[in-house]
Amino acid sequence: MTHLLYSIFVDPFVQMGAAPDLLAQTLWEGLVSGVLYALIALGFVLIFKASGVFNFAQGIMVVFSALTLVGLNEHGVPAYLALALTVVVMLVLAFAVERVILRPLVNQPDIILFMATFGLTYFLIGLGELIFGGDPKVMISDQLRLPGGSYRIPMLGGYVQMQKIDIAATVIASLMVAALAIMFNRTRIGRALRAVADSHKAALSVGISLEQIWVIVWFAAGIVAIATGIMWGARSNVSFALEIIALKALPVLILGGFTSIPGAIIGGIIIGVGEKIGEFYWGPLLGSGIESWLAYVIALVFLLFRPQGLFGERIIERL
Amino acid sequence: MGKTVGAPILEVEGVSLSFGGVVALQAVTFDVREHEIRAIIGPNGAGKSSLLNVINGFYHPQQGSISFKGRRRRQVDPHEAAQAGIARTFQNIALFRGMTVLDNLMTGRTLKMTSNFLQQALYWGAARREELEHRAKIEEVIDFLEIQHIRKTPVGRLPYGLQKRVELGRALAAEPQLLLLDEPMAGMNLEEKQDMCRFILDVNDQFGTTIVLIEHDMSVVMDLSDRVAVLDYGRKIADGAPDEVRRDQAVIDAYLGVAH
Repeated sequence: MTHLLYSIFVDPFVQMGAAPDLLAQTLWEGLVSGVLYALIALGFVLIFKASGVFNFAQGIMVVFSALTLVGLNEHGVPAYLALALTVVVMLVLAFAVERVILRPLVNQPDIILFMATFGLTYFLIGLGELIFGGDPKVMISDQLRLPGGSYRIPMLGGYVQMQKIDIAATVIASLMVAALAIMFNRTRIGRALRAVADSHKAALSVGISLEQIWVIVWFAAGIVAIATGIMWGARSNVSFALEIIALKALPVLILGGFTSIPGAIIGGIIIGVGEKIGEFYWGPLLGSGIESWLAYVIALVFLLFRPQGLFGERIIERL
Repeated sequence: MGKTVGAPILEVEGVSLSFGGVVALQAVTFDVREHEIRAIIGPNGAGKSSLLNVINGFYHPQQGSISFKGRRRRQVDPHEAAQAGIARTFQNIALFRGMTVLDNLMTGRTLKMTSNFLQQALYWGAARREELEHRAKIEEVIDFLEIQHIRKTPVGRLPYGLQKRVELGRALAAEPQLLLLDEPMAGMNLEEKQDMCRFILDVNDQFGTTIVLIEHDMSVVMDLSDRVAVLDYGRKIADGAPDEVRRDQAVIDAYLGVAH
C-alpha cells in the first residue's frame, strides 16, 4: 500500500527533480501538441461563437483542406499556388454551407444544425475519397519550405530537443490567435460577430446580415483548418484518421469554454501538457497508453466543478 | 415647434399572416404618415407584435403588401428594412448583453460604415476617421438619452429601465426615418415611464422621426399618439384619433368583453 502511494504521489516528482531537462523536454512536447489541439478547438469556437452550432465537421475540414493541398500538388500545381487554391476551396465551402445547410435551417433548434454538420462530415469524407482516394498522403513540407530538422538547446544540465516544425507551428498558431483577436475586437465585422452571437433578432434589426456573418465565420474556420491540416500533416500523414484527432478538441473546449478564443488556447495547452506529463510520469503505473484517454478524464473532472469552462460565458447547452 | 404630419410614409395593405392553423393577422390595412406618432393597441394576442414584425421583415405575410417610402413590396428582409431606414426595439429587450453600452450603440451604425476590413483592423485611414465620426454621433445619442454615466458598462448589468433606454438608443443611432417601438414602457415604474414618454416626444419633435408604438398603458397612448389603430384577434377593429377610438363601441367590447 505505502509503495503504491509512494509511486503515485512521490516518485514522479522525484523523477522530475532528478532530471529537469527531461521534464523540460516533456513540457515542450506537451506545449506543442497543446498548440495543435488549440488550433482545432479554435475552429470550433469560431463557429460556435457566431452561430451556436457545434460544428462536428471541423475535423474533416482539416483533413479535406490538407488533402486538397497535397492532391493539387500531386497533379503538378506548384505548392504555393496549391495553397492559394485551397484557400479558395474553403471559401467556396463556406458559401455552400451557408446556402445549402444554414439558410434553409435558420431558426431551427441547434440540435438540428448539429445533426446537419454530421451530414456534412460524411459528405466531405465521401467527396474526399472520391477525388483524392483513401490512401494516406505525405504533407508537402519541403515544397512549402516548412523548416525541417531540429535544435538541441542545452538546458538544465542536459539538452532539450526542439523540432523546427513545432516551433513554426507555435509561432503560426500565435499569429493566428492574434489576428482573430484583432478581428473580433477592433473591426466592424468583429462587433457584428459578437452581436450575432448575443441575439439573432437584434442583430437583424440593426441591419447585420446573418448570411454574410456565417460565410465569414465558416471561411475563418476553414483557414484555421488549413493551418491545422498543414501542421498535423507535417508531423504525421495526411489521412482520414486525422479526423479522430478532432475529437481531442472536445475536452479542450470543455476546459476552455465553447465561446472563448483564449480559452481554446489555454485549454489546449493544459490538455497537451497534462497528457504528456501524465503519460511520461504516471503512465508506467498503468502500463502506459494513458495519453489517449487522460484528456477526457481531465475534462470530466472539470465538468464537475466548472461546467462553463475556464473562460466560458454561459453554461454549455449542447454536447 | 409645431410638427407637420405629412403624406403616408408606410402603407400596409391587406396583410394576412398565419402560422400553420393559427391566424395572426387577417387582411390588415394600416398606414403611417410622415412625422406622426402612431399607436397600435389591442388585447394580448391581438397581433400587434406580428404587425411590427411584418413591417420590419421578421415575418413574411402570406398575403398583402408593404410600401415604405413609395416602394411596394410583397416581402421585406430585415436587412433591407434596416437599410431603408426602419429601426426598432423589442418587447423583451434584445440587446447584446455581453457588450458595453457604447458598443451596443455602435452596432446601430453598422449600415453607415464604409471603410474596409483591413483599414479597420489596422485602425488606419478612413477607418480611423469614420470611427471618430460615428463616436461623435453616438455621443449625441448618449447625451440625448442622458446615459453618460453608463457608457462603458456591459448592458447585461444594467437595471431593466436603463436597458430599455439603451435599446432605444441603439435604434436612434441608426438615424431611422421610421422607428418601431414594441411596448417601450412595459414593466417600468411611473418615473421611468415619464422619462420614456419625454424621449419619445423629443425624438419625434427634434428629429422628425416617424414613430409606431405598441403600448398597453392607455393614458400614455392617449397622450402621445396622433392616431391609434386597434387590433383584436388579428383584425383591425378601429382606427382614428385617440378620442374617437376611445369612444368606439367595438373597442370597448374588445377590452371589456361582451356578453354573448
